[in-house]
Amino acid sequence: MANTPKKGKSRVVRYNKWGYIFLIPFIVVYLIFQLVPLFTTIYNSFFENYLSGLKQIGPNFVGLANYKEIVTNGDLIKYTQNTLIMWVLGFVPQIFFSLLLGAWFSDARLRIRAAGFFKTVIYLPNLIMAASFAMLFFTLFADSGPINTTMINMGLISEPYKFLEHAAGSRGLVAFMNFLMWFGNTTILLMAGMLGIDGSLFEAAQVDGATSTQVFFRITLPLLRPILLYVMITSLIGGLQMFDVPQVLTNGKGNPVRMSMTLIMYLNNHLYSKNFGMAGALSVFLFIITGILSLIVYKFSVQDNVDEVKPKRNRNKN
Amino acid sequence: MKKKVLSTLLATAMVAAMLAGCGSQAAAPAPAAEAPAEEEAPAEEAAPAEEAAPAEEEAPASDEGKVLNIYCWNEEFKSRITAHYPGYEEVDGTTGKIGDVDVKWNITPNENNAYQNNLDAALLAQADAAADEKIDLFLVEADYALKYVDTDYTVNVADFGLTDADLAEQYDYTKKIVTDSNGVQKGTSWQGCPAIMFYNREIAKEVLGSDDPADVQEAVKDWAAFKATADKLKDAGYQACSSVNDTYRVYSNNVTSKWVDGNKINIDKNIENWVNDSKALVDAGEAGTHDLWSDDWSKGFFKDGKVFAYFGPAWFINFSMSCDQEGSVGIDGGWGACVGPQSFFWGGTWICGAAGTDNPTLVGDIMKTMTCNADVMKEIVQQDDDFANNKKAMAEMAASDYTSKILGGQNPLPMYMEGAEKIDLSNLSAYDQGCNESFQNAMKDYFNGNASYEEALDNFYKSVIEKYPELTQ
Amino acid sequence: MRQDKEYSVEGGLGLTVRRIIAYVVLILLTVLCLFWFYILFVNASRAHSDLARGFTLIPGKYLLKNWQGVVNGTQPIARGMLNSFIIAACASVLSVYFSTMTAYAIHVYDFKAKKAIFTFILAVMMIPTQVTALGFIKLVQGIKLENSFIPLIIPTIAAPATFYYMKQYMESTLPHAIVEAARIDGANEVRTFNTISLPMMKPAIAVQLIFTFVFNWNNYFTPALILHDDKKKTLPILIAQLRSADFLKFDMGQVYVTIAFSIFPVIIVYLCLSRFIVGGVALGSVKG
Repeated sequence: MANTPKKGKSRVVRYNKWGYIFLIPFIVVYLIFQLVPLFTTIYNSFFENYLSGLKQIGPNFVGLANYKEIVTNGDLIKYTQNTLIMWVLGFVPQIFFSLLLGAWFSDARLRIRAAGFFKTVIYLPNLIMAASFAMLFFTLFADSGPINTTMINMGLISEPYKFLEHAAGSRGLVAFMNFLMWFGNTTILLMAGMLGIDGSLFEAAQVDGATSTQVFFRITLPLLRPILLYVMITSLIGGLQMFDVPQVLTNGKGNPVRMSMTLIMYLNNHLYSKNFGMAGALSVFLFIITGILSLIVYKFSVQDNVDEVKPKRNRNKN
Repeated sequence: MKKKVLSTLLATAMVAAMLAGCGSQAAAPAPAAEAPAEEEAPAEEAAPAEEAAPAEEEAPASDEGKVLNIYCWNEEFKSRITAHYPGYEEVDGTTGKIGDVDVKWNITPNENNAYQNNLDAALLAQADAAADEKIDLFLVEADYALKYVDTDYTVNVADFGLTDADLAEQYDYTKKIVTDSNGVQKGTSWQGCPAIMFYNREIAKEVLGSDDPADVQEAVKDWAAFKATADKLKDAGYQACSSVNDTYRVYSNNVTSKWVDGNKINIDKNIENWVNDSKALVDAGEAGTHDLWSDDWSKGFFKDGKVFAYFGPAWFINFSMSCDQEGSVGIDGGWGACVGPQSFFWGGTWICGAAGTDNPTLVGDIMKTMTCNADVMKEIVQQDDDFANNKKAMAEMAASDYTSKILGGQNPLPMYMEGAEKIDLSNLSAYDQGCNESFQNAMKDYFNGNASYEEALDNFYKSVIEKYPELTQ
Repeated sequence: MRQDKEYSVEGGLGLTVRRIIAYVVLILLTVLCLFWFYILFVNASRAHSDLARGFTLIPGKYLLKNWQGVVNGTQPIARGMLNSFIIAACASVLSVYFSTMTAYAIHVYDFKAKKAIFTFILAVMMIPTQVTALGFIKLVQGIKLENSFIPLIIPTIAAPATFYYMKQYMESTLPHAIVEAARIDGANEVRTFNTISLPMMKPAIAVQLIFTFVFNWNNYFTPALILHDDKKKTLPILIAQLRSADFLKFDMGQVYVTIAFSIFPVIIVYLCLSRFIVGGVALGSVKG
């Protein structure tokens, strides 16, 4: 080796140009279809530009007027709130059940039978087309749909509960669907994290006479912190993109009183009526919000990943 | 190893094939749309015309385009064409044939301006589109007819061969609505849409003691009487109407000002009346707030639906009331009809020929057959319970022994005829569809107690401005 | 001794109770997950007039009739399914192949911009596509690719999340020594990647293929902005259209059949591959 440093190096260099070649498709496509559009989006946010009937208005440069409009008319805050509320309503039960199930599945003493079956079932809703799922819920929870009819027949309520005409009803449905669609996924993520925890810790705790609850809160939970954080923030970023379910459920209207209108539904409204200026300004806000959240993920997951999770995963794999 | 190489190769080949497939499929129309299209088009048209000529019988469009593109928002026109246009053969849900011309239906739902947005995009691209891709014919509704009629995207019906004599028997309002600011008529319709009230005869007998149209009319002769009847119905366990959106058109077609004044959104006094009357109905539990056409809304078309009345024009019967279905009120002739608290009109579909169509003769013939031919008009009334746009034919049928089975043997035509003469369209604007839709949706929150009137109004403005950024509050 | 006994008694008692609780909760959640699909199945098999009259748990006999109604209706559902399939299949194959290639470039080679590019891809991983949707539409309109599948397929080549998953997987399964060995055998770089490295990544590729496929199959936002032509629309767009007023007056039996049609194929495929998929989530999770 020491004798042929020159040759080896040049060969490596020759190989390494392939690194660039292999990167070409990805980078080119990314530049054209993501980065350029990102800049066009930002650029458009400074213009008044829309279609009025069959007439094109603009583009006229208006500076920050679109931004001012979005902030001052209170829409941005309102729809961010809606989005966050629906996300939290779905995320809390999601993380609760995921931790519970994850702990049960990974608890060797509990020996859950048919764990494979249960895992298969709880993950199932994640693969369902959100638009279909929402359409299904819309028909089932209609004022005279099966759910209301059944509840009336059982004597639980005397007249139909109009789900989509109450903020609690429509937000609740959206949150419930998000919960159903994602708790299986989160369970499997957390379970993997739990299995990655050094088994000897549990054994030691058992010998010390710790109850399951104590083990869970004193050992499992603290060690899961990085994964929990990762799950939470990726879920939050996903939550900010909430669209299909409330869009189809409320037919794009965010009933009632726009209380289930999410940020992306609002963006979609502007894109739909080809009001590119407002859509641009809104996109930039979204970009900033997700940018900040991404930074947090990047900081925690990538760093923590390197520090803590990786060794565990390797052990887990072996 | 060999296997693996093979599978990788296969995978790569598959990708390539798929790409090529997708590419050619999608890209094909694009190049044709470019510069050479104009030169190419005539040649393209001429060639198939020769071979098609002998087979020609009914379709007059032998030397024209081979594809007729129709843009519309629901099945209504398609079913009319299928039933009444000679020589139309249905191929599948979205295509048909007239002679050797393929008919392509492009159906986009109306809601949230989807149909108009789609049509706008297509019309704006019309000049660059290949001949067979061009829109030949599209339908518009009263709510936004103006938007299209007042542009160069629509063509004078006379250019399609419709003479004044052809149009003589049509109701004036149906012509006015599609007449542009220069007085040129650019569309034509087969139906008249004076609207009346349909009531459930059984419920009328039980609560009002009679199902005779005259007696029922007395009980609903104005809005105060309607409310009093609604109270009675409520006590007997019935709803006056399925949703307050049912009565919306009755008010909104009796306005004295337009939705938009200059660029400012304007709310008419009568629209406010609708809000107040509806709030009272909803609060008393005498009407729901369902969206029109929704499943909940349509429950009243069935026997245990407990809904007294629906408001609508003639097309409503055939289009909405599920009268062909077992268990529906209509199948046994359980509906009656009377004028109701106020006469009004609702909707209507107009056929417009698109500028740049490559099938002008066929478009003209469809217009003529479907809207000017008295026999077809009568057929439509007989078969579809519609009200056709032909004064003479309607007068003949009104005087005849024609009765509607669904309406329990009543002849509603005199009522429609009277209504049709009264229709006043002076307060339509190009923004009506978006405004009507947003207003009903926003007020739903007020009726249900989720928002104050002011909040609901605020949401209405927001939603309209999202649809039409040029408007102001 | 005493302590030991206490421990086992407490543990044993607690264990049975806890096991019962666990099963009860699990069964409830199972019901919660499956209930909707059962109702869907029941309703899809009943006639409109039956549905209007009320709800039962017993399937009807109209499944086939409703289905025929849908196929003969205006909504080009079968076509939509084909469109969705073409897009999802092309997208998943391209996306996984090229993202793996990108991960390979970062994993195997050593070059100047490597770190910068890696960091960049990670940084943009979380940016939602919706943020750039506006520019994307303008671009697509600009190059006249509206109503085409290309803008829905080609951009998936750059899939940062798939890239990251692959990169993580390579770290544990693709030693540099293997690549070295291939080079010594005289294989060129492209060949090494296609014939040696790719096959070693099979489990990860399969998992990502499935996920990318499902994502694109279900995707609604972008296709809805790009595809306007009835013949080009994908399944989710058609489903969302059902919610529109003009279609609601349709037969509810047909509405349910349409929904069922968009859901059940995925469920069947999932049940066949579930072990694989559920395992794959875990695989990616701790990594991704």
